[in-house]
Amino acid sequence: MPDKPSLGLRAAFYLGMLFLHFPIAIIVLYALTTEDRTYQFPPPGLTLRWFGEAFQRQDMWAALWLSLQVAAMATGIALVLGTMVAAAMYRFQFLGKDFITVLLILPIALPGILTGIALLTTFKRLALEPGFWTIVIGHATFCIVTVYNNVVARFRRTGYSQIEASMDLGADWFTTWRWVVLPSIATALLAGGMLSFALSFDEVIVTTFTAADQKTLPIWFLNELFRPRERPITNVVAVFVMLITFLPIVLAQWLTRDTDDLHGGGKTG
Amino acid sequence: MTLRRRLSDALYVRPLLLLSLLLIPPLLWLGIIYLGSLFNLMLYSFYSLNDFTGQVEYRFSLSAFQQLFSSPANVDIVVRTTLMALVVTLACIAIGFPLAYYIAFYTKGNAKTFWYLMVLLPLWSSYLIKVYAWRLILAGEGVISWFFNLLGLGWLLQGILSIPVVGGPSLSNSYLGMFLVFTYIWLPYMILPIIAALERVPKSLIQASSDLGARPGQTFRKIIWPLVIPGVAAGSIFTFSLTLGDYIIPQVVGQPGFFIGQMVYVQQGTAGNLPLAAAFSVVPIVIIAIYLLVVRRLGAFNAL
Repeated sequence: MPDKPSLGLRAAFYLGMLFLHFPIAIIVLYALTTEDRTYQFPPPGLTLRWFGEAFQRQDMWAALWLSLQVAAMATGIALVLGTMVAAAMYRFQFLGKDFITVLLILPIALPGILTGIALLTTFKRLALEPGFWTIVIGHATFCIVTVYNNVVARFRRTGYSQIEASMDLGADWFTTWRWVVLPSIATALLAGGMLSFALSFDEVIVTTFTAADQKTLPIWFLNELFRPRERPITNVVAVFVMLITFLPIVLAQWLTRDTDDLHGGGKTG
Repeated sequence: MTLRRRLSDALYVRPLLLLSLLLIPPLLWLGIIYLGSLFNLMLYSFYSLNDFTGQVEYRFSLSAFQQLFSSPANVDIVVRTTLMALVVTLACIAIGFPLAYYIAFYTKGNAKTFWYLMVLLPLWSSYLIKVYAWRLILAGEGVISWFFNLLGLGWLLQGILSIPVVGGPSLSNSYLGMFLVFTYIWLPYMILPIIAALERVPKSLIQASSDLGARPGQTFRKIIWPLVIPGVAAGSIFTFSLTLGDYIIPQVVGQPGFFIGQMVYVQQGTAGNLPLAAAFSVVPIVIIAIYLLVVRRLGAFNAL
Protein backbone atom coordinates (compact mmCIF):
# COMPACT_ATOMS: atom_id res chain seq x y z
CA MET A 1 0.00 0.00 0.00
CA PRO A 2 1.58 3.30 -1.08
CA ASP A 3 1.70 6.13 1.46
CA LYS A 4 -0.41 8.44 -0.66
CA PRO A 5 -3.65 7.53 -2.40
CA SER A 6 -3.36 7.46 -6.17
CA LEU A 7 -5.09 10.10 -8.22
CA GLY A 8 -7.64 7.58 -9.43
CA LEU A 9 -8.55 6.49 -5.90
CA ARG A 10 -8.87 10.07 -4.73
CA ALA A 11 -11.12 10.91 -7.67
CA ALA A 12 -13.28 7.84 -7.01
CA PHE A 13 -13.52 8.78 -3.33
CA TYR A 14 -14.57 12.39 -3.84
CA LEU A 15 -16.95 11.52 -6.68
CA GLY A 16 -18.51 8.83 -4.48
CA MET A 17 -18.93 11.29 -1.62
CA LEU A 18 -20.48 13.80 -4.00
CA PHE A 19 -22.91 11.10 -5.15
CA LEU A 20 -23.86 10.39 -1.52
CA HIS A 21 -24.53 14.00 -0.58
CA PHE A 22 -25.72 15.71 -3.73
CA PRO A 23 -29.37 14.56 -3.44
CA ILE A 24 -29.57 15.85 0.13
CA ALA A 25 -28.35 19.27 -0.98
CA ILE A 26 -30.90 19.23 -3.81
CA ILE A 27 -33.78 18.75 -1.35
CA VAL A 28 -32.72 21.80 0.63
CA LEU A 29 -32.40 23.85 -2.56
CA TYR A 30 -35.86 22.87 -3.80
CA ALA A 31 -37.48 23.81 -0.50
CA LEU A 32 -36.41 27.38 -1.27
CA THR A 33 -37.43 27.61 -4.92
CA THR A 34 -40.02 30.12 -6.12
CA GLU A 35 -41.18 27.71 -8.85
CA ASP A 36 -44.26 25.80 -7.72
CA ARG A 37 -45.44 23.84 -10.78
CA THR A 38 -42.45 21.91 -12.16
CA TYR A 39 -39.15 20.47 -10.97
CA GLN A 40 -37.26 23.12 -12.91
CA PHE A 41 -33.51 23.36 -12.34
CA PRO A 42 -31.91 25.75 -11.62
CA PRO A 43 -34.65 27.40 -9.53
CA PRO A 44 -35.71 30.74 -11.01
CA GLY A 45 -35.55 32.36 -7.58
CA LEU A 46 -35.28 31.64 -3.87
CA THR A 47 -37.85 32.26 -1.15
CA LEU A 48 -38.71 31.25 2.42
CA ARG A 49 -42.41 31.58 1.73
CA TRP A 50 -43.17 27.81 1.61
CA PHE A 51 -41.97 27.27 5.15
CA GLY A 52 -44.72 29.52 6.46
CA GLU A 53 -47.34 27.87 4.27
CA ALA A 54 -46.27 24.36 5.19
CA PHE A 55 -46.63 25.10 8.88
CA GLN A 56 -50.25 26.11 8.32
CA ARG A 57 -51.25 22.74 6.89
CA GLN A 58 -53.37 21.00 9.55
CA ASP A 59 -53.12 17.54 7.92
CA MET A 60 -49.33 17.75 8.11
CA TRP A 61 -49.43 18.50 11.84
CA ALA A 62 -51.89 15.67 12.46
CA ALA A 63 -49.62 13.22 10.63
CA LEU A 64 -46.59 14.50 12.51
CA TRP A 65 -48.37 14.10 15.84
CA LEU A 66 -49.40 10.52 15.02
CA SER A 67 -45.83 9.68 13.96
CA LEU A 68 -44.42 11.06 17.20
CA GLN A 69 -46.91 9.06 19.28
CA VAL A 70 -46.23 5.83 17.38
CA ALA A 71 -42.46 6.31 17.58
CA ALA A 72 -42.61 7.05 21.32
CA MET A 73 -44.76 4.00 22.05
CA ALA A 74 -42.74 1.64 19.81
CA THR A 75 -39.49 2.92 21.33
CA GLY A 76 -40.84 2.40 24.84
CA ILE A 77 -41.72 -1.24 24.12
CA ALA A 78 -38.43 -1.83 22.31
CA LEU A 79 -36.44 -0.35 25.22
CA VAL A 80 -37.99 -2.75 27.74
CA LEU A 81 -37.84 -5.89 25.57
CA GLY A 82 -34.47 -5.09 24.00
CA THR A 83 -32.84 -4.49 27.38
CA MET A 84 -34.27 -7.70 28.81
CA VAL A 85 -33.01 -9.83 25.96
CA ALA A 86 -29.63 -8.06 26.03
CA ALA A 87 -29.25 -8.79 29.76
CA ALA A 88 -30.12 -12.45 29.24
CA MET A 89 -27.82 -12.88 26.25
CA TYR A 90 -24.92 -11.19 28.01
CA ARG A 91 -25.30 -12.88 31.36
CA PHE A 92 -26.15 -16.47 30.49
CA GLN A 93 -25.03 -19.32 28.28
CA PHE A 94 -28.00 -21.37 27.19
CA LEU A 95 -29.32 -23.61 24.47
CA GLY A 96 -30.86 -21.74 21.56
CA LYS A 97 -28.79 -18.58 21.91
CA ASP A 98 -27.96 -18.57 18.20
CA PHE A 99 -31.62 -18.99 17.43
CA ILE A 100 -32.43 -15.85 19.41
CA THR A 101 -29.72 -13.93 17.54
CA VAL A 102 -31.33 -14.91 14.24
CA LEU A 103 -34.77 -14.08 15.61
CA LEU A 104 -33.56 -10.61 16.58
CA ILE A 105 -32.00 -9.70 13.22
CA LEU A 106 -34.65 -11.32 11.03
CA PRO A 107 -37.03 -8.33 11.10
CA ILE A 108 -34.31 -6.09 9.66
CA ALA A 109 -32.61 -8.67 7.42
CA LEU A 110 -35.79 -9.61 5.58
CA PRO A 111 -37.29 -6.87 3.40
CA GLY A 112 -39.82 -4.72 5.27
CA ILE A 113 -42.57 -5.76 2.93
CA LEU A 114 -42.40 -9.29 4.34
CA THR A 115 -42.77 -8.08 7.91
CA GLY A 116 -45.62 -5.86 6.75
CA ILE A 117 -47.62 -8.45 4.89
CA ALA A 118 -46.94 -11.15 7.50
CA LEU A 119 -48.36 -8.92 10.23
CA LEU A 120 -51.28 -7.94 8.00
CA THR A 121 -52.31 -11.56 7.38
CA THR A 122 -52.16 -12.21 11.12
CA PHE A 123 -54.24 -9.15 12.01
CA LYS A 124 -56.75 -10.24 9.35
CA ARG A 125 -56.94 -13.71 10.82
CA LEU A 126 -57.34 -12.46 14.36
CA ALA A 127 -59.91 -9.94 13.08
CA LEU A 128 -57.90 -7.10 14.62
CA GLU A 129 -58.88 -3.67 13.40
CA PRO A 130 -55.77 -1.97 11.90
CA GLY A 131 -54.99 1.30 13.61
CA PHE A 132 -52.68 2.94 16.10
CA TRP A 133 -51.79 -0.25 17.97
CA THR A 134 -51.16 -2.39 14.92
CA ILE A 135 -48.69 0.23 13.67
CA VAL A 136 -46.98 0.25 17.07
CA ILE A 137 -46.70 -3.56 17.08
CA GLY A 138 -45.07 -3.53 13.65
CA HIS A 139 -42.60 -0.80 14.56
CA ALA A 140 -41.65 -2.23 17.95
CA THR A 141 -40.79 -5.56 16.29
CA PHE A 142 -37.95 -4.13 14.23
CA CYS A 143 -36.89 -1.58 16.89
CA ILE A 144 -36.05 -4.27 19.48
CA VAL A 145 -32.82 -5.21 17.70
CA THR A 146 -31.63 -1.59 17.64
CA VAL A 147 -31.94 -1.28 21.40
CA TYR A 148 -30.51 -4.76 21.88
CA ASN A 149 -27.39 -3.95 19.81
CA ASN A 150 -26.62 -0.83 21.80
CA VAL A 151 -27.30 -2.26 25.24
CA VAL A 152 -25.54 -5.60 24.76
CA ALA A 153 -22.41 -3.80 23.50
CA ARG A 154 -22.41 -1.67 26.66
CA PHE A 155 -22.96 -4.71 28.91
CA ARG A 156 -19.98 -6.46 27.31
CA ARG A 157 -17.81 -3.44 27.97
CA THR A 158 -18.89 -2.88 31.56
CA GLY A 159 -18.32 -6.43 32.76
CA TYR A 160 -20.08 -8.27 35.53
CA SER A 161 -17.73 -7.55 38.45
CA GLN A 162 -19.43 -4.28 39.42
CA ILE A 163 -22.74 -6.06 39.83
CA GLU A 164 -21.12 -8.78 41.95
CA ALA A 165 -19.37 -6.18 44.06
CA SER A 166 -22.65 -4.42 44.69
CA MET A 167 -24.32 -7.63 45.81
CA ASP A 168 -21.35 -8.60 47.97
CA LEU A 169 -21.76 -5.29 49.72
CA GLY A 170 -25.31 -6.26 50.59
CA ALA A 171 -27.40 -4.55 47.92
CA ASP A 172 -30.34 -6.53 46.64
CA TRP A 173 -31.20 -6.99 42.95
CA PHE A 174 -33.37 -3.91 42.78
CA THR A 175 -30.90 -1.62 44.47
CA THR A 176 -28.12 -2.95 42.24
CA TRP A 177 -30.24 -2.45 39.16
CA ARG A 178 -31.14 1.11 40.14
CA TRP A 179 -27.71 2.32 41.27
CA VAL A 180 -25.20 0.18 39.37
CA VAL A 181 -26.66 -1.28 36.20
CA LEU A 182 -28.95 1.54 35.11
CA PRO A 183 -26.34 4.33 35.34
CA SER A 184 -23.81 2.27 33.42
CA ILE A 185 -26.17 1.54 30.54
CA ALA A 186 -28.02 4.86 30.60
CA THR A 187 -26.35 6.42 27.56
CA ALA A 188 -26.65 3.15 25.63
CA LEU A 189 -30.37 3.14 26.39
CA LEU A 190 -30.64 6.75 25.30
CA ALA A 191 -28.73 6.08 22.08
CA GLY A 192 -30.66 2.89 21.29
CA GLY A 193 -33.90 4.68 22.09
CA MET A 194 -33.12 7.60 19.81
CA LEU A 195 -32.10 5.32 16.96
CA SER A 196 -35.28 3.31 17.20
CA PHE A 197 -37.29 6.52 17.48
CA ALA A 198 -35.72 7.74 14.24
CA LEU A 199 -36.23 4.33 12.63
CA SER A 200 -39.91 4.28 13.55
CA PHE A 201 -40.42 7.92 12.63
CA ASP A 202 -39.12 7.22 9.11
CA GLU A 203 -40.71 3.81 8.54
CA VAL A 204 -43.09 3.60 5.61
CA ILE A 205 -43.19 0.07 4.17
CA VAL A 206 -44.29 -1.83 7.28
CA THR A 207 -46.64 1.05 8.08
CA THR A 208 -48.54 0.92 4.78
CA PHE A 209 -49.54 -2.64 5.59
CA THR A 210 -50.50 -2.12 9.23
CA ALA A 211 -52.01 1.35 9.20
CA ALA A 212 -55.30 1.09 7.27
CA ASP A 213 -56.34 4.73 6.88
CA GLN A 214 -54.16 6.15 9.65
CA LYS A 215 -51.59 8.59 8.27
CA THR A 216 -48.16 8.78 9.81
CA LEU A 217 -45.90 11.51 8.44
CA PRO A 218 -44.11 9.19 5.94
CA ILE A 219 -47.48 7.92 4.68
CA TRP A 220 -48.69 11.51 4.35
CA PHE A 221 -45.49 12.29 2.45
CA LEU A 222 -45.96 9.29 0.17
CA ASN A 223 -49.47 10.49 -0.69
CA GLU A 224 -48.16 13.94 -1.50
CA LEU A 225 -45.56 12.30 -3.72
CA PHE A 226 -48.16 10.67 -5.93
CA ARG A 227 -50.92 13.26 -5.72
CA PRO A 228 -49.15 16.48 -4.87
CA ARG A 229 -51.49 19.23 -3.76
CA GLU A 230 -48.76 21.81 -3.41
CA ARG A 231 -45.31 20.73 -4.51
CA PRO A 232 -43.21 23.28 -2.61
CA ILE A 233 -44.84 22.18 0.64
CA THR A 234 -43.69 18.62 0.01
CA ASN A 235 -40.16 20.01 -0.34
CA VAL A 236 -40.38 21.91 2.93
CA VAL A 237 -41.71 18.90 4.82
CA ALA A 238 -38.84 16.88 3.35
CA VAL A 239 -36.31 19.24 4.92
CA PHE A 240 -38.27 19.26 8.15
CA VAL A 241 -38.37 15.44 8.39
CA MET A 242 -34.67 15.27 7.60
CA LEU A 243 -33.87 17.56 10.51
CA ILE A 244 -36.05 15.57 12.93
CA THR A 245 -34.32 12.31 11.96
CA PHE A 246 -30.80 13.74 11.76
CA LEU A 247 -30.57 15.21 15.24
CA PRO A 248 -31.19 12.00 17.21
CA ILE A 249 -28.86 10.07 14.89
CA VAL A 250 -25.95 12.45 15.39
CA LEU A 251 -26.62 12.54 19.13
CA ALA A 252 -26.79 8.75 19.32
CA GLN A 253 -23.54 8.51 17.39
CA TRP A 254 -21.94 10.89 19.85
CA LEU A 255 -23.27 9.02 22.88
CA THR A 256 -21.88 5.69 21.69
CA ARG A 257 -18.65 7.03 20.25
CA ASP A 258 -16.55 4.69 22.40
CA THR A 259 -18.42 1.55 21.40
CA ASP A 260 -17.46 1.24 17.77
CA ASP A 261 -17.00 -2.48 18.17
CA LEU A 262 -20.73 -2.81 17.68
CA HIS A 263 -20.45 -1.89 14.03
CA GLY A 264 -18.23 -4.88 13.43
CA GLY A 265 -14.86 -3.87 14.79
CA GLY A 266 -14.25 -0.73 12.74
CA LYS A 267 -12.17 1.32 15.13
CA THR A 268 -12.06 5.03 14.61
CA GLY A 269 -9.00 7.04 15.47
CA MET B 1 -37.65 -10.63 55.60
CA THR B 2 -39.42 -8.32 53.23
CA LEU B 3 -40.98 -9.56 50.05
CA ARG B 4 -38.52 -7.52 48.08
CA ARG B 5 -35.57 -9.18 49.76
CA ARG B 6 -37.04 -12.64 49.33
CA LEU B 7 -37.66 -12.06 45.63
CA SER B 8 -34.19 -10.68 45.22
CA ASP B 9 -32.61 -13.68 46.92
CA ALA B 10 -34.66 -16.06 44.83
CA LEU B 11 -33.38 -14.41 41.68
CA TYR B 12 -29.84 -14.71 42.94
CA VAL B 13 -30.02 -18.31 44.05
CA ARG B 14 -31.94 -19.50 41.01
CA PRO B 15 -30.35 -17.97 37.88
CA LEU B 16 -32.69 -20.05 35.74
CA LEU B 17 -35.63 -18.12 37.20
CA LEU B 18 -33.94 -14.83 36.36
CA LEU B 19 -33.09 -16.04 32.86
CA SER B 20 -36.66 -17.06 32.14
CA LEU B 21 -38.07 -13.84 33.58
CA LEU B 22 -35.74 -11.89 31.29
CA LEU B 23 -36.33 -13.98 28.20
CA ILE B 24 -40.01 -14.80 28.26
CA PRO B 25 -41.46 -11.37 27.37
CA PRO B 26 -39.15 -10.64 24.40
CA LEU B 27 -39.44 -14.23 23.18
CA LEU B 28 -43.22 -14.08 23.40
CA TRP B 29 -43.16 -10.91 21.32
CA LEU B 30 -40.70 -12.02 18.64
CA GLY B 31 -41.70 -15.68 18.68
CA ILE B 32 -45.45 -15.26 18.64
CA ILE B 33 -46.05 -11.94 16.95
CA TYR B 34 -43.21 -12.02 14.45
CA LEU B 35 -42.42 -15.68 13.74
CA GLY B 36 -46.08 -16.57 14.11
CA SER B 37 -46.94 -13.94 11.52
CA LEU B 38 -44.33 -15.24 9.10
CA PHE B 39 -45.72 -18.73 9.57
CA ASN B 40 -49.24 -17.43 9.03
CA LEU B 41 -48.05 -15.75 5.83
CA MET B 42 -46.76 -19.11 4.60
CA LEU B 43 -50.13 -20.65 5.41
CA TYR B 44 -51.95 -17.95 3.47
CA SER B 45 -49.91 -18.77 0.37
CA PHE B 46 -51.55 -22.22 0.46
CA TYR B 47 -55.07 -20.83 0.63
CA SER B 48 -57.19 -19.82 -2.30
CA LEU B 49 -59.69 -17.18 -3.23
CA ASN B 50 -63.27 -18.22 -3.75
CA ASP B 51 -64.15 -17.18 -7.30
CA PHE B 52 -67.73 -16.28 -6.46
CA THR B 53 -67.51 -14.53 -3.12
CA GLY B 54 -63.95 -13.18 -3.43
CA GLN B 55 -63.34 -14.35 0.13
CA VAL B 56 -60.29 -16.28 1.28
CA GLU B 57 -60.97 -20.00 1.68
CA TYR B 58 -59.02 -21.47 4.53
CA ARG B 59 -58.34 -24.83 2.89
CA PHE B 60 -55.09 -26.22 1.56
CA SER B 61 -54.66 -25.39 -2.09
CA LEU B 62 -51.81 -24.78 -4.48
CA SER B 63 -53.82 -22.43 -6.65
CA ALA B 64 -51.94 -19.29 -5.57
CA PHE B 65 -48.61 -20.79 -6.62
CA GLN B 66 -50.24 -22.14 -9.77
CA GLN B 67 -51.46 -18.64 -10.57
CA LEU B 68 -47.98 -17.28 -9.88
CA PHE B 69 -46.01 -19.64 -12.10
CA SER B 70 -48.51 -20.23 -14.89
CA SER B 71 -48.43 -16.60 -15.99
CA PRO B 72 -45.33 -15.55 -17.98
CA ALA B 73 -45.89 -11.98 -16.79
CA ASN B 74 -45.44 -13.11 -13.18
CA VAL B 75 -42.30 -15.05 -14.01
CA ASP B 76 -41.01 -11.91 -15.75
CA ILE B 77 -41.56 -9.96 -12.55
CA VAL B 78 -39.44 -12.41 -10.58
CA VAL B 79 -36.66 -12.43 -13.19
CA ARG B 80 -36.70 -8.63 -13.58
CA THR B 81 -36.51 -8.02 -9.82
CA THR B 82 -33.73 -10.56 -9.29
CA LEU B 83 -31.66 -9.16 -12.16
CA MET B 84 -32.08 -5.62 -10.84
CA ALA B 85 -31.00 -6.78 -7.36
CA LEU B 86 -27.88 -8.39 -8.80
CA VAL B 87 -26.90 -5.41 -10.96
CA VAL B 88 -27.50 -2.98 -8.09
CA THR B 89 -25.35 -5.14 -5.80
CA LEU B 90 -22.48 -5.15 -8.33
CA ALA B 91 -22.73 -1.37 -8.79
CA CYS B 92 -22.70 -0.83 -5.02
CA ILE B 93 -19.50 -2.90 -4.77
CA ALA B 94 -17.89 -0.94 -7.62
CA ILE B 95 -18.74 2.48 -6.18
CA GLY B 96 -18.50 1.56 -2.51
CA PHE B 97 -15.16 -0.22 -2.55
CA PRO B 98 -12.92 2.78 -3.40
CA LEU B 99 -14.80 4.88 -0.82
CA ALA B 100 -14.29 2.27 1.88
CA TYR B 101 -10.68 1.71 0.80
CA TYR B 102 -9.86 5.39 1.07
CA ILE B 103 -11.51 5.78 4.47
CA ALA B 104 -9.93 2.61 5.89
CA PHE B 105 -6.37 3.17 4.64
CA TYR B 106 -5.88 6.87 4.05
CA THR B 107 -7.71 8.67 6.85
CA LYS B 108 -6.84 8.87 10.53
CA GLY B 109 -8.26 10.24 13.78
CA ASN B 110 -10.80 13.01 13.46
CA ALA B 111 -10.74 12.90 9.66
CA LYS B 112 -11.70 9.24 9.79
CA THR B 113 -14.56 9.92 12.21
CA PHE B 114 -15.71 12.74 9.96
CA TRP B 115 -15.78 10.68 6.76
CA TYR B 116 -17.35 7.79 8.61
CA LEU B 117 -20.17 10.13 9.67
CA MET B 118 -20.45 11.36 6.09
CA VAL B 119 -21.30 7.78 5.09
CA LEU B 120 -23.66 7.33 8.04
CA LEU B 121 -25.72 10.48 7.45
CA PRO B 122 -27.04 9.50 4.02
CA LEU B 123 -27.70 6.03 5.42
CA TRP B 124 -29.80 7.44 8.22
CA SER B 125 -31.55 10.25 6.41
CA SER B 126 -35.14 9.53 5.55
CA TYR B 127 -35.63 6.89 2.87
CA LEU B 128 -38.65 8.58 1.29
CA ILE B 129 -36.93 11.94 1.16
CA LYS B 130 -33.96 10.44 -0.64
CA VAL B 131 -36.24 8.78 -3.18
CA TYR B 132 -38.07 12.08 -3.59
CA ALA B 133 -34.78 13.92 -4.14
CA TRP B 134 -34.00 11.58 -7.01
CA ARG B 135 -37.32 12.28 -8.57
CA LEU B 136 -36.36 15.95 -8.61
CA ILE B 137 -32.93 15.15 -10.03
CA LEU B 138 -34.09 12.73 -12.73
CA ALA B 139 -37.10 14.76 -13.91
CA GLY B 140 -37.03 15.91 -17.54
CA GLU B 141 -36.54 19.52 -16.40
CA GLY B 142 -34.25 18.47 -13.52
CA VAL B 143 -30.56 18.74 -12.74
CA ILE B 144 -29.22 15.94 -14.92
CA SER B 145 -30.87 17.15 -18.13
CA TRP B 146 -29.81 20.70 -17.31
CA PHE B 147 -26.22 19.58 -16.83
CA PHE B 148 -26.10 17.58 -20.08
CA ASN B 149 -27.58 20.50 -21.99
CA LEU B 150 -25.12 22.89 -20.38
CA LEU B 151 -22.26 20.82 -21.75
CA GLY B 152 -24.01 20.58 -25.11
CA LEU B 153 -24.40 16.85 -24.59
CA GLY B 154 -28.20 16.70 -24.66
CA TRP B 155 -27.99 14.38 -27.68
CA LEU B 156 -25.93 11.93 -25.62
CA LEU B 157 -28.59 11.72 -22.91
CA GLN B 158 -31.27 11.24 -25.57
CA GLY B 159 -29.13 8.51 -27.12
CA ILE B 160 -28.82 6.67 -23.81
CA LEU B 161 -32.56 6.98 -23.18
CA SER B 162 -33.36 5.54 -26.61
CA ILE B 163 -31.56 2.27 -25.81
CA PRO B 164 -34.26 -0.37 -25.44
CA VAL B 165 -34.84 -1.93 -21.97
CA VAL B 166 -32.41 0.44 -20.23
CA GLY B 167 -33.95 3.69 -21.49
CA GLY B 168 -37.40 5.21 -21.57
CA PRO B 169 -39.22 8.48 -22.23
CA SER B 170 -37.17 10.24 -19.55
CA LEU B 171 -34.68 9.28 -16.86
CA SER B 172 -37.43 9.21 -14.25
CA ASN B 173 -39.31 6.71 -16.40
CA SER B 174 -36.55 4.24 -17.15
CA TYR B 175 -34.84 1.24 -15.63
CA LEU B 176 -31.62 3.24 -15.77
CA GLY B 177 -33.12 5.83 -13.44
CA MET B 178 -34.49 3.14 -11.13
CA PHE B 179 -31.08 1.49 -11.06
CA LEU B 180 -29.46 4.81 -10.08
CA VAL B 181 -31.90 5.33 -7.22
CA PHE B 182 -31.55 1.79 -5.88
CA THR B 183 -27.75 2.04 -6.03
CA TYR B 184 -27.81 5.37 -4.24
CA ILE B 185 -30.18 4.30 -1.49
CA TRP B 186 -28.40 1.06 -0.54
CA LEU B 187 -24.79 2.19 -1.15
CA PRO B 188 -23.98 3.00 2.52
CA TYR B 189 -25.10 -0.52 3.52
CA MET B 190 -22.27 -1.79 1.33
CA ILE B 191 -19.61 0.73 2.37
CA LEU B 192 -19.80 0.13 6.13
CA PRO B 193 -19.09 -3.64 6.21
CA ILE B 194 -16.28 -3.18 3.66
CA ILE B 195 -14.65 -0.52 5.86
CA ALA B 196 -14.90 -2.90 8.83
CA ALA B 197 -13.37 -5.76 6.82
CA LEU B 198 -10.55 -3.58 5.44
CA GLU B 199 -9.64 -2.37 8.90
CA ARG B 200 -9.18 -5.93 10.03
CA VAL B 201 -6.56 -6.58 7.30
CA PRO B 202 -3.21 -6.62 9.16
CA LYS B 203 -1.01 -3.80 7.86
CA SER B 204 2.01 -6.05 8.29
CA LEU B 205 0.71 -8.43 5.64
CA ILE B 206 0.51 -5.59 3.14
CA GLN B 207 4.02 -4.45 4.00
CA ALA B 208 5.35 -7.99 3.78
CA SER B 209 3.76 -8.39 0.38
CA SER B 210 5.43 -5.29 -1.02
CA ASP B 211 8.72 -6.14 0.70
CA LEU B 212 8.64 -9.39 -1.21
CA GLY B 213 8.36 -7.42 -4.43
CA ALA B 214 4.66 -7.52 -5.23
CA ARG B 215 3.34 -4.57 -7.20
CA PRO B 216 0.40 -2.73 -5.57
CA GLY B 217 -2.02 -4.40 -7.99
CA GLN B 218 -0.72 -7.83 -7.04
CA THR B 219 -0.92 -7.08 -3.33
CA PHE B 220 -4.51 -5.99 -3.83
CA ARG B 221 -5.54 -9.07 -5.79
CA LYS B 222 -3.70 -11.67 -3.73
CA ILE B 223 -3.77 -10.23 -0.18
CA ILE B 224 -6.37 -7.53 0.35
CA TRP B 225 -9.26 -8.69 -1.83
CA PRO B 226 -9.45 -12.29 -0.49
CA LEU B 227 -9.46 -10.96 3.07
CA VAL B 228 -12.20 -8.44 2.34
CA ILE B 229 -14.57 -10.80 0.50
CA PRO B 230 -16.56 -11.58 3.70
CA GLY B 231 -17.26 -7.85 4.17
CA VAL B 232 -18.33 -7.44 0.55
CA ALA B 233 -20.58 -10.48 0.87
CA ALA B 234 -22.11 -9.11 4.08
CA GLY B 235 -22.88 -5.81 2.39
CA SER B 236 -24.35 -7.60 -0.59
CA ILE B 237 -26.91 -9.31 1.65
CA PHE B 238 -28.40 -5.89 2.37
CA THR B 239 -28.22 -4.46 -1.15
CA PHE B 240 -29.62 -7.65 -2.65
CA SER B 241 -32.39 -8.33 -0.15
CA LEU B 242 -33.52 -4.71 0.13
CA THR B 243 -33.79 -4.33 -3.66
CA LEU B 244 -35.74 -7.57 -3.87
CA GLY B 245 -38.43 -6.37 -1.48
CA ASP B 246 -38.72 -2.67 -2.26
CA TYR B 247 -41.92 -1.46 -3.86
CA ILE B 248 -41.70 2.31 -3.46
CA ILE B 249 -38.74 3.04 -5.73
CA PRO B 250 -40.23 1.13 -8.71
CA GLN B 251 -43.43 3.06 -8.13
CA VAL B 252 -41.84 6.50 -7.95
CA VAL B 253 -39.16 6.00 -10.60
CA GLY B 254 -39.31 3.51 -13.42
CA GLN B 255 -41.25 1.78 -16.09
CA PRO B 256 -44.67 0.13 -16.08
CA GLY B 257 -43.13 -3.34 -15.59
CA PHE B 258 -43.88 -4.53 -12.04
CA PHE B 259 -41.43 -5.60 -9.36
CA ILE B 260 -42.04 -8.31 -6.75
CA GLY B 261 -42.74 -5.83 -3.97
CA GLN B 262 -45.25 -3.88 -6.08
CA MET B 263 -47.03 -7.11 -6.95
CA VAL B 264 -47.33 -8.05 -3.27
CA TYR B 265 -48.64 -4.58 -2.51
CA VAL B 266 -51.19 -4.52 -5.33
CA GLN B 267 -52.41 -8.07 -4.73
CA GLN B 268 -53.07 -7.51 -1.05
CA GLY B 269 -54.60 -4.07 -1.61
CA THR B 270 -56.57 -3.15 -4.72
CA ALA B 271 -56.70 -6.70 -6.10
CA GLY B 272 -57.70 -8.13 -2.73
CA ASN B 273 -56.01 -11.45 -3.41
CA LEU B 274 -54.18 -12.11 -0.17
CA PRO B 275 -53.20 -15.72 -1.03
CA LEU B 276 -51.50 -14.59 -4.25
CA ALA B 277 -49.79 -11.73 -2.39
CA ALA B 278 -48.57 -14.29 0.16
CA ALA B 279 -47.33 -16.63 -2.58
CA PHE B 280 -45.48 -13.72 -4.18
CA SER B 281 -43.84 -12.81 -0.89
CA VAL B 282 -42.61 -16.38 -0.48
CA VAL B 283 -40.53 -15.85 -3.66
CA PRO B 284 -38.05 -13.33 -2.13
CA ILE B 285 -37.83 -15.50 1.00
CA VAL B 286 -36.71 -18.44 -1.15
CA ILE B 287 -34.35 -16.34 -3.29
CA ILE B 288 -32.81 -14.72 -0.20
CA ALA B 289 -32.43 -18.12 1.48
CA ILE B 290 -30.53 -19.41 -1.56
CA TYR B 291 -28.46 -16.24 -1.65
CA LEU B 292 -27.63 -16.56 2.06
CA LEU B 293 -26.50 -20.16 1.54
CA VAL B 294 -24.14 -18.96 -1.20
CA VAL B 295 -22.67 -16.00 0.68
CA ARG B 296 -22.34 -17.98 3.89
CA ARG B 297 -19.62 -19.98 2.14
CA LEU B 298 -17.82 -16.68 1.53
CA GLY B 299 -17.79 -15.99 5.28
CA ALA B 300 -20.37 -13.22 5.16
CA PHE B 301 -21.95 -14.10 8.49
CA ASN B 302 -18.71 -13.52 10.38
CA ALA B 303 -18.54 -10.03 8.95
CA LEU B 304 -22.08 -8.90 9.71
